Amino acid sequence: MSTSINIKGIFKSYDSVKALNDISLDINQGELFGLIGADGAGKTTLFRLLATLLLPDAGSIDMEGYDVVNSYKKIRNLLGYMPGRFSLYQDLSVMENLNFFATVFNTKIEENIDLIEDIWKQIEPFKDRKAGKLSGGMKQKLALCCALIHKPKVLLLDEPTTGVDAVSRSEFWQILKKIQQYGITIVVATPYMDEATLCDRVALLDKGAILQVDTPQGVVSTYRKALYAITGANIYDMMLLLRKYEFTESVFAFGQELHYTDKRDEFDTNQLQHYLKEALQQDVLVRSINPNIEDCFMALSIQKNK
Amino acid sequence: MNRFIGFIKKEFFHILRDKRSMLILFGMPIVQLLLFGFMITTELRNVNIAILDHAKDNYSLEITNKITSSGYFNLTENLQSEKEIEEIFRAGKANAVIVFDRSLERDVVNGFPGKIQLITDASDPNVANLVVKYLEGIVQNYQITLNRTTLNTVGIKPEMRMVFNPALESVYMYVPGIMATILMLVSAMMTSISIAREKELGTMEILLVSPLRPVQIILGKVTPYLVLSVINAIVIISMGYFVFHVPVLGSLVFLMVESILFILLALSLGILISTVADSQQVAMMISMFALMLPTILLSGFIFPIRNMPLPLQVLSNIMPPKWYIVILKNIMLKGVGVAYVWKETLILIGMTLAFIGLSVRKFKIRLE
Amino acid sequence: MDQETKVIKVRNMYKKFGDFIANDDLSFDVFKGEIFGFLGANGAGKTTAIRILCGLSYPTSGEIEVAGFNVYKQRELLKRKIGYMSQKFSLYEDLTVYENIRFYGGIYGLPLKEIKRKATDLLQRLNLEAVRDTRIGELPLGWKQKLAFSVALIHEPEIIFLDEPTGGVDPITRRQFWDLIYEAAKSGVTIFVTTHYMDEAEYCDRISIMVDGKIEALDTPDHLKEQFNAETMNDVFLRLAR
Repeated sequence: MSTSINIKGIFKSYDSVKALNDISLDINQGELFGLIGADGAGKTTLFRLLATLLLPDAGSIDMEGYDVVNSYKKIRNLLGYMPGRFSLYQDLSVMENLNFFATVFNTKIEENIDLIEDIWKQIEPFKDRKAGKLSGGMKQKLALCCALIHKPKVLLLDEPTTGVDAVSRSEFWQILKKIQQYGITIVVATPYMDEATLCDRVALLDKGAILQVDTPQGVVSTYRKALYAITGANIYDMMLLLRKYEFTESVFAFGQELHYTDKRDEFDTNQLQHYLKEALQQDVLVRSINPNIEDCFMALSIQKNK
Repeated sequence: MNRFIGFIKKEFFHILRDKRSMLILFGMPIVQLLLFGFMITTELRNVNIAILDHAKDNYSLEITNKITSSGYFNLTENLQSEKEIEEIFRAGKANAVIVFDRSLERDVVNGFPGKIQLITDASDPNVANLVVKYLEGIVQNYQITLNRTTLNTVGIKPEMRMVFNPALESVYMYVPGIMATILMLVSAMMTSISIAREKELGTMEILLVSPLRPVQIILGKVTPYLVLSVINAIVIISMGYFVFHVPVLGSLVFLMVESILFILLALSLGILISTVADSQQVAMMISMFALMLPTILLSGFIFPIRNMPLPLQVLSNIMPPKWYIVILKNIMLKGVGVAYVWKETLILIGMTLAFIGLSVRKFKIRLE
Repeated sequence: MDQETKVIKVRNMYKKFGDFIANDDLSFDVFKGEIFGFLGANGAGKTTAIRILCGLSYPTSGEIEVAGFNVYKQRELLKRKIGYMSQKFSLYEDLTVYENIRFYGGIYGLPLKEIKRKATDLLQRLNLEAVRDTRIGELPLGWKQKLAFSVALIHEPEIIFLDEPTGGVDPITRRQFWDLIYEAAKSGVTIFVTTHYMDEAEYCDRISIMVDGKIEALDTPDHLKEQFNAETMNDVFLRLAR
């Protein structure tokens, strides 16, 4: 597999704020790559650097063999870009938006219809509706259509699923998987940790630095501690109690469970279970579990900030 | 070419679908013209006048009678001395004062021209001008009847004096002034707002990332407004001509050429503004303060430049609309050709080139 | 949670915009001190319902009581008893932390002395005393949201409405935010929250899921998962909303 995007030692600051701090990253051709991080982690800055919209303070980026600074014109021809906010013309209809972007890229909708056919089928019933009147999920699909209209080699999607409901999100990811089959390199930024598992590889980004780059399975497998899920009736009280517990290393709420790690390398879960039962006078279950991406992200983030 | 047409089509969709834009584009010129046109209405009613009668003879009494019975004037006060004139103007009690010379009857009888002085408050120049015309007419009428009844030809010579705005500069100025204002508004403000809107919505990011070159984006943005501005110029000139009888004595073609030059200047200013404004609001504010107010206040549109304090007079020289208004006035009202306005035209060309150069240079190919 | 006291009572609530029915016969209760998750796809009618419950718009029909007040006639009284915070609307970026607190205290007519006391107390609890005179705009997003939440509680409302309060926040800060929510609920404040994070939904005592203007499911997360035979809330949501 050959490299599509090669990012080397990128630094970028705005005034005194360090947005990106020594980012190096390789993204392969045809890969579905996720940039996972919260707001302010530097995702958008990195995307704008990739999209030739910003210049790095230091470092270099090659995309499909072209330097993003010097050969920005070449790159703009092979790039599909969907910015973080909905960036289409709200007062133009679905069809007019598509037509406009087709002419901007010197192409016709028909030429690449095979690529966008699946998405197009979903938005076609609304083709005469103004883009501003579409639902959140539909807007995203239209924006994706517009970004794909010229069959780009690299597709950059900055938080396409933020603020979109779970149903639309899962549909959107299915679409991405299909687009990937055309050999397009897709880079997606998302603040939703659970979406990481849908990517081929991910980079966990925190405060302008990369915590880890790996496959989702790879990320999970590097989790060093034994992780336990604790369930019981009164989660909040249990969490407060565990925070004061002398052997607690970390305790985080995950839905209706607590994810717990212990300071000791080996310990008896029954003992912990017993302790909680006694203290709270309720049924408590402690069981060993496999970590997920969010567990890893938090552990790495804490470790880095130490 | 396809791209260009596509871009312009899209731009027209934006304009035609936005009620606010449409209102500014086509409502504004018409409303402004009508407002100003109404202001210089040729009808006069119930104008307050005062009389200072030094003569108190038959002639003066008869003329006073004619004036008060004309239906146009109200006699509000009989003054006793010259000193009271200024006071009565300041108090706003009269728009005009008629002064009859002490020797009116004697002069007329002896074959000298009799002297009547009309003093008008020209701070409202339109009214002042009309008052003068009407009073002149009444006196002339009286003179004709007088000539019929007497054997020898007598003359009464009304002498006009306007205070506060002696040169009566802004009459007929309104059409050139409105042209300059509207073209500035449509070209500069609307262009800068429409580019700023793309930035605000984030669509500019996509356009920048696309293979479009900055020049293509600028041209696509500017062309629709160039077309609309030319249409506007034609609408204003024809409305001025057909509705308010403001003449176009010079060449219409030359007038349009000068107008297109001014539009280009305004458009490049608009692009320049949009390079610094990131939101529609900012673009609007800058256009308002940097373009509209100077156009209205410093270009000689409403306030005569020669009455301004010196620093403002100097400042008015860098206001493009000032030169455009001078050109318009010359072509429309004086009917002169390029020989008389080449200097102003050169200044406009110079400014346009400078702004185009600056705005193309400042137009960013990236976000910072 | 106090299952005896109902702070929100909704019976047969309808809201129509012309032919479009945004809220179609909604009936539910929310209890004192409950964390009530209000979920639904974009455009399902959540925002419309929240607006009505906050006294910002009238329902077309239905009996609705919030904090003991009628949403038709007692909107001003109602507004004194509720707090509101959303991802979009929070604090003034160009005012300092303290100025924001004072402003919101002032809106609800708290005496200056009390505002000062509460400000000190609030900053102490959040561990943010050091930024008392810093402008909000300079703070990280997570801090802003925690502050916004605490400020929304400054007039001791009975119910607080949270509209996607944690969007974009990193996972650790998100959990710290939920700590605040738990704490408030424990002290008897009712929490009415919308979110797109399905794991967050599971922090709620009960969840309602709206689809096309109707409430299609309303129960505890455990029961819902059981009912729809699903592993996670995400699956429940997908099964319902699709």
